[in-house]
Amino acid sequence: MQIQIKGGRVLDPGVFDGPADVWIKDGVVAQVVPLVADDQTAPAGPTDGSGERIIDARGMLVVPGLVDMHVHLREPGQEYKETIDTGTRAAAAGGFTSVCCMPNTSPVNDSTSVTRYILEQAARCRRTRVYPVGAVSAGLCGEQLAEFGDLKAAGAVAVTDDGKPVSDAQLMRRAMEYARGIGLQVISHCEDLSLSGGVMNEGVVSTRMGLPGIPNAAESVMVMRDIALSELTGTPVHIAHVSTRESVSAIRAAKARNTQVTAETAPHYFTLTEEAVKSYDTRAKMNPPLRTSVDREAVIAGLADGTIDAIATDHAPHARVEKDLEFDLAANGITGLETSLALGLRLVEAGALSLEQLIGRMSKNPAAIIDKPCGLSAGQPADVTIIDPEARYTYRASQGRSKGRNTPFDGWDLKGRTVYTIVDGAIVFDLSEEI
Amino acid sequence: MQWTKKDILDIELLSPAEIELIFETAFGLKEISERPIKKVPTLRGQTIVLFFMEPSTRTRVSFDIAAKRLSADSLAIAAASSSIVKGETLLDTASNLQAMKPDIIVMRHSSAGAPHLLARTLDVSIINAGDGMHAHPTQALLDMMTVKEKKGGLEGLNVAIIGDISHSRVARSNIVGFTKMGASVRVAGPPTMIPPGIEHLGAQVASSVDEALTDADAVIMLRIQKERMRRFLFPTEREYARQYGLNEQRLGRIKPDALIMHPGPLNRGVEISSEVADGPFSVILDQVTNGVALRMALFYLLAGGSRDADTD
Repeated sequence: MQIQIKGGRVLDPGVFDGPADVWIKDGVVAQVVPLVADDQTAPAGPTDGSGERIIDARGMLVVPGLVDMHVHLREPGQEYKETIDTGTRAAAAGGFTSVCCMPNTSPVNDSTSVTRYILEQAARCRRTRVYPVGAVSAGLCGEQLAEFGDLKAAGAVAVTDDGKPVSDAQLMRRAMEYARGIGLQVISHCEDLSLSGGVMNEGVVSTRMGLPGIPNAAESVMVMRDIALSELTGTPVHIAHVSTRESVSAIRAAKARNTQVTAETAPHYFTLTEEAVKSYDTRAKMNPPLRTSVDREAVIAGLADGTIDAIATDHAPHARVEKDLEFDLAANGITGLETSLALGLRLVEAGALSLEQLIGRMSKNPAAIIDKPCGLSAGQPADVTIIDPEARYTYRASQGRSKGRNTPFDGWDLKGRTVYTIVDGAIVFDLSEEI
Repeated sequence: MQWTKKDILDIELLSPAEIELIFETAFGLKEISERPIKKVPTLRGQTIVLFFMEPSTRTRVSFDIAAKRLSADSLAIAAASSSIVKGETLLDTASNLQAMKPDIIVMRHSSAGAPHLLARTLDVSIINAGDGMHAHPTQALLDMMTVKEKKGGLEGLNVAIIGDISHSRVARSNIVGFTKMGASVRVAGPPTMIPPGIEHLGAQVASSVDEALTDADAVIMLRIQKERMRRFLFPTEREYARQYGLNEQRLGRIKPDALIMHPGPLNRGVEISSEVADGPFSVILDQVTNGVALRMALFYLLAGGSRDADTD
């Protein structure tokens, strides 16, 4: 199968930005053919005329397939929240050609068998690529290392105890050292549990609402610890879902002294503040919690100057019954796959990021952290996302592909959406067929 | 003025005029409790459910007596603290209650915002009888009623609230209520118990108990819960009593006709000495008496206050 993507603005961060055609053949990018001014037809490409699909991408943005390195697909074990099928459907609709799925499934992904199961299910769905992330500790119990060698051999790309922070500093130190030997990226959910213990950001709003708070320091003390451990062990560490100004500063300072630290933040941290929970709205309850506008601005500044490398959604689907509860009993987390791109484009619209920066933080940067190829150079796997940057629509969670409806962005007017998602040269999402 | 609110969730949601109407109604109904036959038929045929998902004696009894003095049928349900533990969600439990057609649900719950969740979903009137650390509007209203009764008004008074402000729904509701009615509120306690941003609710944070007490017209002492010691909020009850407790030596700073208040239950010898609790300044039992009248007033207003009060 061949695909010609014709006439779009091709944006391959750091490599190319301009009108061009993209030729895809046998699952790889065959060629990017720049268009000369006023010429809508490119020179003939490497076509043999068989099974050719032409996509008219005029007015569209053609970018490397988006990568979401922090997703909860819930399978195995919590299929009532999400399955690999529904989760990758949502991912493809959101423009993602690859997602990394967190290990807090049931059973926990701390073994070859669970990793293989996830990959088999994903292969059956034939949609977005799924990269399993294994557990740091067996059963996420924080007591003993999981078998990193087995996990890596089975296909895991990283390890984390996401959702259950590694409280024991010695365990984290050894996990970093051991992971280096195996060749796995360590991802850290930074939260000091003895300091957190609340259900929303600690501050004026929590005081007014009478809810126990989670101070910024609950995150940043562990960010600082893990930076110190990365320096001690000479091992890269990736900081998940950065939400506070102090974390951004700590990571910025660490990068300035060449520590091997990378970081991600989620669209909700650069879009919303703690004000979103004011009416005890559990759709805005998450961990780490939404912070203040000062933190939000620090996160945006961190994205702009490269302190924060990647945007990842922390897509966390839950069943309705887990959210329609008393605020402190409701589950943490929101869905994100289908809103991430449009929320990111708001930063571009606001002038906080260039389009190239946004796409880089949603594709090449996260791919580099998990050591996977990404880009539109000839010979690369043909993972491509085609975006209509001008499309305006009202996002309805009820019409989403994810099983989760738990998002504070339900009903938001958004601009910019994915029209095609291509993985390995195959179209896995086509907006015109979905609506 | 006409009463229009469906629920009593929070002092923040009441206007000063509504609060005055509640006081006026409560003062009118207070006399019923002084009669030999303490019952009027005003709410005959109305059903009031006391839905208490957190232990309470005093508040529940106060609501229960208030309902019975107005001839409403009241029943108390004490549920396990967490609806999830029982396998039924709070909304399901409450929907079942509503299906039995009560007129008012009085609700206490350990989770902040739980009454708001019900009020959003159900048609029945909800009275918040305390939600987590968030609000205890009926306590604040009866506290304000007591001060108004003794002082003639609230405007311009100095109110001191001393103790564990962080964990106190009584403190939050009183800060909002008293400031809304024109009083100024100072809070004091160990810094471990002063929540961030409390000044945004209208309170001034005093640097010491003595500073908070200076020229106070009313002092509200908050109950200290011993289990907070385990969370490092204070070292011992002994030290708390010496540093932050109200005793006779400290009374010299307050105004000569000041009121000493406490929402109860008392920890005698910890946050308040017996001499002070039982002394001439104390209006602690007046608060309890007014609590019944105040709750009668809320039932009366929520059940359709436009009908004439039958107080014969």
